[in-house]
Amino acid sequence: MKHQIKLNVNGDDYELLVDPWRTLNEVLREDLNLTGTKLGCGVGDCGACTVLVEGKSVSSCITLAVAVDGKKIETVEGLAASGEKLHPIQEAFIEKGAIQCGFCTAGMEMSALHLLRKNPSPTEQEIREGLSGHLCRCTGYNQIVEAIADAADRMNTDQGKGVKP
Amino acid sequence: MRLPKFDYVAPKTLDEALKALAAGGEGCRLLAGGTDLMVKMGHGLTAASLLVALKEIDELHGIRFDPSKGLSIGAATLIAEVAQHPDVLTYYPAMAQAARKTANTQIRNMATLAGNLCNAAPSADNAPVLLARGAEAEIASQKGTRLVSLDDFFKGPGQTALAPDEILTRILVPPPATGSGASYQWISPRGKVDISAVCVGVSLRVEGDRMKDVRIALGAVAPTPMRANGAEALLEGAQWSDTLAAEAALKASKESKPITDVRASAEYRRRMVSVLTRRALEEAHARAVEN
Repeated sequence: MKHQIKLNVNGDDYELLVDPWRTLNEVLREDLNLTGTKLGCGVGDCGACTVLVEGKSVSSCITLAVAVDGKKIETVEGLAASGEKLHPIQEAFIEKGAIQCGFCTAGMEMSALHLLRKNPSPTEQEIREGLSGHLCRCTGYNQIVEAIADAADRMNTDQGKGVKP
Repeated sequence: MRLPKFDYVAPKTLDEALKALAAGGEGCRLLAGGTDLMVKMGHGLTAASLLVALKEIDELHGIRFDPSKGLSIGAATLIAEVAQHPDVLTYYPAMAQAARKTANTQIRNMATLAGNLCNAAPSADNAPVLLARGAEAEIASQKGTRLVSLDDFFKGPGQTALAPDEILTRILVPPPATGSGASYQWISPRGKVDISAVCVGVSLRVEGDRMKDVRIALGAVAPTPMRANGAEALLEGAQWSDTLAAEAALKASKESKPITDVRASAEYRRRMVSVLTRRALEEAHARAVEN
């Protein structure tokens, strides 16, 4: 039996009818066409599918859509509203060369957001621990770590200018 | 990877959940964080016709600490919450260590402490310290509630003392005694994300210059998390010495029954039991002396 669920994704409200066995990843990508969130390993190891649910980073590939009924979801599409300036995390990723093939990027950026909200000035060690649930098959980890440190600086400086973290 | 088809209910109270579980019969499974169950179902290793979700049940959420009663952790409590809770960090630092070591950030944000125990992996990161601390599982069914010592909870890989109509509702940990200390030590081949190849939890108390209530629990070296009773007996009532700690660690290594698998060989595991037990004893003893 399909379940009627409500999701708030990046500030937009959706009412959906979903089968209980469909994952949040499937519903985001297939029903809402939010394909920025990737599907990698499908078993919660690689981090490519990471989104925030009520501010907590989770693997959307092993989260049931029915289990997040009524919850607030943030995906990579919500980092910068269309047509506006990129989020400092995205700017830092571009400038530090932290994007190679790009498949891991959306997940990495969502975990970076999760980390920087909790810890606005992380050490390199804390950044690496924050990324421990992510794999980059291009192995560009150093640039990603540098980008997140840079994003932290940008967000700390920008805070006075009204950029929301 | 698509999941097989199933029905889903998310009761709001424990009574409703117990009813749904009893009515659901054989094909019914409980869903907490889903980080093990979803993967097993995706791989076709576990079948279920109905999932009963536990996370919407308010009474199963939360961590409560009372200096005289100890710690109570509801079955829907996330491992991330255990790792960060101020009372856990202050009074049960070894439990916080184990929770922090479990998997990665996303998994800790989804998975529950109770789920880690109910999945009953021999390598469950949170089992050794809870065993060492003498934790109990509060288990409910429509017939009532019972308490089971964690010593009697694990029955085999993936097997627990839970009957099909029962739900683990709370994990209860006794209050830390004066002069007690605990430690969690682990080793895994690939750092954070990987499952522990060996893990050790130790708890003990010092009374004068003697060690009391020494409990040593080993993970990933037997079909279930296990106690090293022989090593405990060597230390019980004895005075601390580095030589004795090393001797007890060696004894624990002899009591372990590891196998060779992708993460480590049996021989390496046996040697690591000795190393990690010694380190855990040293840390637990140092903490006990401080407390």
